[in-house]
Amino acid sequence: MNGILLISMGGFFGAISRFAISKKLQYSNSYPMGTLTVNFVGAFLLGLAVGLQLQGSLYSLVGIGFMGAFTTFSTLMLEAVKLNKEGKKKWYYSYLLGSYGGGIILAYSGLLLGKGL
Amino acid sequence: MLYFYVGLGGVAGSLLRYLLSVIAVELWGKAFPIGTLFINLSGAFLLGFITTHFVGSKRVHPYLITALTTGVIGSYTTFSTFSVETVQLLESGKFALGLLYLFVSLIGGILLVRAGMKLSQQTKKWRKIL
Repeated sequence: MNGILLISMGGFFGAISRFAISKKLQYSNSYPMGTLTVNFVGAFLLGLAVGLQLQGSLYSLVGIGFMGAFTTFSTLMLEAVKLNKEGKKKWYYSYLLGSYGGGIILAYSGLLLGKGL
Repeated sequence: MLYFYVGLGGVAGSLLRYLLSVIAVELWGKAFPIGTLFINLSGAFLLGFITTHFVGSKRVHPYLITALTTGVIGSYTTFSTFSVETVQLLESGKFALGLLYLFVSLIGGILLVRAGMKLSQQTKKWRKIL
C-alpha cells in the first residue's frame, strides 16, 4: 500500500514537471527540446539512483514514480514521426540518434557515478 | 488547473506501468525487460491513435485530451527505465540482447505510432461510410 502511494506521488509530480518543462522549452523553436531535456535529465538521474542502489520506499518514489513519469517514450516517438512526416529528415534522424545515444550515455554515466560515490 | 489534471493522469499512467511491469516479471522473470518493452510499444500505438483521433475534435474538452496524452500515456511510457535497462544488459555482457532491446524499441516505436495514426484515420473513414 505504501509503495502504491509513493509511486502515485512520484508520478503526479513527475508528469507535472515534464509538462512544465515541455511548455517552457518546446515552442522556443520547433525542435522538440522539451522532451529531449526531460529524457536526458531523467536517464542520468535514474542511472544515478540505480548506481547508488536506492531501494524500497525511496526507489518507489524517485525511480518508479517520479523518473518513470518525468521521462517519456511515447511522446519522443510521436515527435520523431511528426518530424519525418513534415519532411525534416535531418531533424528526424538527429532527434532519434541524439535521444537514444545521449540517453544511454547519460544513464551509463549516472550509473558509474552512483557506484563510485 | 490543467497542471493538476496532468498530474492525475501521471498517477494513473505510473500505476498502470508499475502493475504491468510486476506482472511481466512474475511471468517471464528479469532476464529481458519485456514489461517495459510492451509498455513503451503499446503506449506509442495509443498516443499515435489518440492524437490523430482528437485532431480538430470539439466534442472533448482540450484539458481532458492533454490529461490523457501528456498525463496518462506520457507517464505510462518511460525513457529513463529503458535507457538504464539497455545499459544494464550491455554492461552484464548480454550484448546481443541489449542491442535487440534497443532496436526493437526504436523501430517498433516508430512503426506503432504510425499504425496508431493509420488506424485512427481508417476508423474516421469507416464512420463516414456507415
